[in-house]
Amino acid sequence: TFPFASSESVPLPFPMGHGTTTLAFLFQGGVLAAADTRSSCSGLVACPAAQKILPIHSHLVGTTSGTSADCALWKRILSRELRLYQLRHGRRLSTGGAAKLLSHMLHPFKGTELCVAATLCGWDGGDFSGPGLFYVCSDGTRLEGKLFSVGSGSPYAYSILDQGVRWGLTVEEATSIAREAVYRATHRDAYSGNFVDIYHVTPNGWTRRTREDLKEEYYREKERRRLERERRGTTSSE
Amino acid sequence: MEYLIGIQGPDYVLVAADNVAASSIIQMKHDYDKMFKLSDKILLLCVGEAGDTVQFAEYIQKNVQLYKMRNGYELSPSAAANFTRKNLADYLRSRTPYHVNLLLAGHDDADGPGLFYMDYLASLAKAPFAAHGYGAFLTLSILDRYYRPDLTRDEAVDLLKKCVEELNRRFILNLPSFNVRLIDKDGIHDMEKISIGTK
Repeated sequence: TFPFASSESVPLPFPMGHGTTTLAFLFQGGVLAAADTRSSCSGLVACPAAQKILPIHSHLVGTTSGTSADCALWKRILSRELRLYQLRHGRRLSTGGAAKLLSHMLHPFKGTELCVAATLCGWDGGDFSGPGLFYVCSDGTRLEGKLFSVGSGSPYAYSILDQGVRWGLTVEEATSIAREAVYRATHRDAYSGNFVDIYHVTPNGWTRRTREDLKEEYYREKERRRLERERRGTTSSE
Repeated sequence: MEYLIGIQGPDYVLVAADNVAASSIIQMKHDYDKMFKLSDKILLLCVGEAGDTVQFAEYIQKNVQLYKMRNGYELSPSAAANFTRKNLADYLRSRTPYHVNLLLAGHDDADGPGLFYMDYLASLAKAPFAAHGYGAFLTLSILDRYYRPDLTRDEAVDLLKKCVEELNRRFILNLPSFNVRLIDKDGIHDMEKISIGTK
């Protein structure tokens, strides 16, 4: 169910979905996925160190948003079905195929409270090798794209990403803009926060960066701004 | 939100759909194609509830292809439209109705061009021009005013551009670009996308 504001008498302007900020985009170095780690339950932080990016197999990770239990379950079911496909057909299913499989598995539950909004980030092998990025939602949406952000913090993340994501980014630049997008979203969105996880998918599989505390990022930025103000010689406070 | 439009001429059908795939207040994609190719000369334009659109349209698409494999010849546009309507009607009073609004456009060697309007309540109407979405409220009167049964292809594209201009002027939502396709006896032709800047 969606988290409600503390007073329900004022209706929400639009359905606030999925207390989370996750994002993923394609660039020349592969696919980058990033997510916060705050697991919320109405107004409570149920877990400050959850894992919202789940590896599905060696060359596919999925970001999760919605109900944590539903996401964990369906990701495991997807891993199982993909492994069965690989054993039966002798090759890995493509990212688009995995997305379609997940979409069709979720379709019978449409109209129920099941809530899963995932982006599948993978590297396809075989004849059509290359990166793949698909957004799959339990309402039936399945979209292919180069950049997606999902969750209550996603509008904030989109604005940062739309300013800087290009195909030609280096891995460091891509990591940096993904981290900043999650940071700014967690700053504004109450239901996102704590840490940021970043995964990078390449032809050799996925790699994971050490989890970073966004509280540190806040103080680092405060320090950077202070130094810049001193450099410019102004004394006005922010 | 979403917008579909179709204009039938003496020997062609011109159709267009917007390119936005939205989720709540966010545009998730700016280049989404809402047209589904049922056969070499039939297009199904589909808007409505997320998920229902693709599931229903692909179901119809695969069944039309299956008919061709089984029987050796393709369904006519009129037959495909009636098949689609029957499916909508059968699901309407089930536990899982499909909330989709459709335009089916096609060219038949025997009957000529045809444009069929269907909505989520499983109504079906063959029409010379039709539109779906909030944008239809703004553009149907333009079509009423300027449509003639003997429009040339260029005149039909100009009429389409008039409709898009009006949407850009008065419609509250931003629909930056539209896919345009034309169906005639030679099949489906992709035409130049209409964007905010095109004249």
